[in-house]
Amino acid sequence: MNIHEYQAKELLRRYGVAVLDGHVAWTADEAVAAAKQLPGPVYVVKSQIHAGGRGAGRFKEDPNGKGGVRVVKSIEDVKAAAEAMIGKTLVTKQTGEHGKVVSRVYVEDGCDIKRELYLGLLVDRATSRLTIMASTEGGMEIEEVAEHHPEKILKVAVDPASGISGFHCRKLAFGLGLQGKQVASFTKFVTALYGAFNELDCGIVEINPLVVTGAGEIVALDAKVSFDDSALFRHKDLEELRDDSEMDPKELDAVKNDLNYVALDGEIGCMVNGAGLAMATMDIIKLYGSSPANFLDVGGTANAARVTEAFRIITSDANVKAILVNIFGGIAKCDMIAEGIVAATKTLHLKVPLVVRLEGTNVDLGKKILAESGLAIIPADNLADAAQKVVAAVKGA
Amino acid sequence: MAVLVDTNTRVMTQGFTGAQGTFHASQGIAYGSTYVGGTTPGKGGTMHPELNLPVFDTVAECVAKTQANASVIYVPAPFAADAILEAIDAELPLIICITEGIPVLDMVKVKRALSGSKSILVGPNCPGVITPEACKIGIMPGHIHKRGSVGVVSRSGTLTYEAVAQTTAAGLGQSTCVGIGGDPVKGMDFIDVLELFLKDDETKSIVMIGEIGGQSEILAAEYLKAENFGPGKPNKPVVGFIAGATAPPGRRMGHAGAVISGGKDTAAAKMEAMAAAGIHVADSPAALGSTMVKALKG
Repeated sequence: MNIHEYQAKELLRRYGVAVLDGHVAWTADEAVAAAKQLPGPVYVVKSQIHAGGRGAGRFKEDPNGKGGVRVVKSIEDVKAAAEAMIGKTLVTKQTGEHGKVVSRVYVEDGCDIKRELYLGLLVDRATSRLTIMASTEGGMEIEEVAEHHPEKILKVAVDPASGISGFHCRKLAFGLGLQGKQVASFTKFVTALYGAFNELDCGIVEINPLVVTGAGEIVALDAKVSFDDSALFRHKDLEELRDDSEMDPKELDAVKNDLNYVALDGEIGCMVNGAGLAMATMDIIKLYGSSPANFLDVGGTANAARVTEAFRIITSDANVKAILVNIFGGIAKCDMIAEGIVAATKTLHLKVPLVVRLEGTNVDLGKKILAESGLAIIPADNLADAAQKVVAAVKGA
Repeated sequence: MAVLVDTNTRVMTQGFTGAQGTFHASQGIAYGSTYVGGTTPGKGGTMHPELNLPVFDTVAECVAKTQANASVIYVPAPFAADAILEAIDAELPLIICITEGIPVLDMVKVKRALSGSKSILVGPNCPGVITPEACKIGIMPGHIHKRGSVGVVSRSGTLTYEAVAQTTAAGLGQSTCVGIGGDPVKGMDFIDVLELFLKDDETKSIVMIGEIGGQSEILAAEYLKAENFGPGKPNKPVVGFIAGATAPPGRRMGHAGAVISGGKDTAAAKMEAMAAAGIHVADSPAALGSTMVKALKG
């Protein structure tokens, strides 16, 4: 789960991480009120969307205007900046060309920036440990730094048994060329951030840029925080930070029905059990000359109700011209799935061709249910056969 | 003689009396494996109502009384890491965790506890391990397997079944199938299983199924290049497949570990590394069996 910058900063502040003062605003008037609570005379007005590249991004309504992050020097300009952002669509490198509507801005204190650094925390699967990454190339996209200048990324992996220690922080601090009291400030910052990551079960925490101020303090200028979805059960309070408007409506619908769904831009809707087989099904559709409309793992406990929900979500995508069901039953039982398919086809008055491949647990029972249903379901014997048939159905349509 | 599990494996189940534990233990028993008991804290001292096997409060007690040498875990995700730690503490040689959705930071602690321990962990979020016609531990459908010569190692459950069905249909059968699971932090990785397959006489060839995200397939390809291929080496034919060629970057595809985060963790990069190492890369998930047949013909 992702959250907005202002939410991330509010959370991190609670754990003792140094962030600048700021307030969220949903209207231009609220932005003015927010600015009046700050010392000034420099303010930063920042569009709040779940995507990076906001500063370099442009608004659809004003393609030649300024970006989604603006430094201003008066209350009037705070108001003007907020008016130019709220309700407008911001297009950045990460949003895609359709962009994202800005519903709120963050009004933040200005900052005397001496250096911009990068700091990131994540679980590194190579070491199976929480790893802290730092780089002198702050403000850059870290993937690009990693590709072109891997030597500029410093890494320390923290043993979970002993936790973070001073030496981890010093190793990074001296590697970044910090000096004097900056080192102590950095150590405090990183230790607090490590604590927040563990306490909150974060997925990724990225501070880019991390700033060294003129006074030698270390402060987060931006903050990107995501949470491990599997751990949200022990952080019920974080659920309220979820912003449904940032999600594809079909994906949101799927989440609410406990289905694993990712919207894509192809024409064949897929319902598969298992994530690996679901990806492989997408791949084979492509191999046979068409493209998948979605990823959908219906899971091992599929029953008629879940299959119906899955079909409803798949067919709510107007681009879907045919559906491929690919089930290799292990926990999932083919007869249950078949009953679900029959029920869903009837309930939803399915109009597009439907190819079904069943294999594994109770496969004969499942095939019998489909055959006796009287519905125009195209049966397939194996994965290649299924892909061939569904692509033919689309091309013929 | 296969790897990890065989007719000498004595299986206990953690989360024994739950719906999953009960169903899959009964399936394992029906397959002919040796299941000896299990744990459900608070129900110790009773007999499992359906399976007529003893239930214990703790793993240590179960091991002491039943001589279990492998444990399979069906405990719900919030408590699964604790269950693995208990099995490590009881010094079980083999621990197989089926549970999906364990918090990553819980697994970081488990991984730390594994190092220097007497246990091997398979999973979590995996279908389990099966040596056909000898021992089935996990949720895979037993009837698609046939004892034979192909070692199967995979990050994906249902895609493993695909490899099994195809190698069975090709008349090859499997020595052992190991599902290593789709999580970013896990027990055995590709290299650990491949090492066992290379040493195993019964395993004449290997199917390896990976997916997008992470580097472990690339490391495995390098390992095979160094340890399998070349003069004086086992030279066992290896067929590889990577799921997720059509997955968009930055989107998690079901498995917590299946997300392209930039650079070398794409399907294309992995397939290229595998081909460069001498692995026969199947271009389609429907061609795992046929690619192996071709590879065996040399």
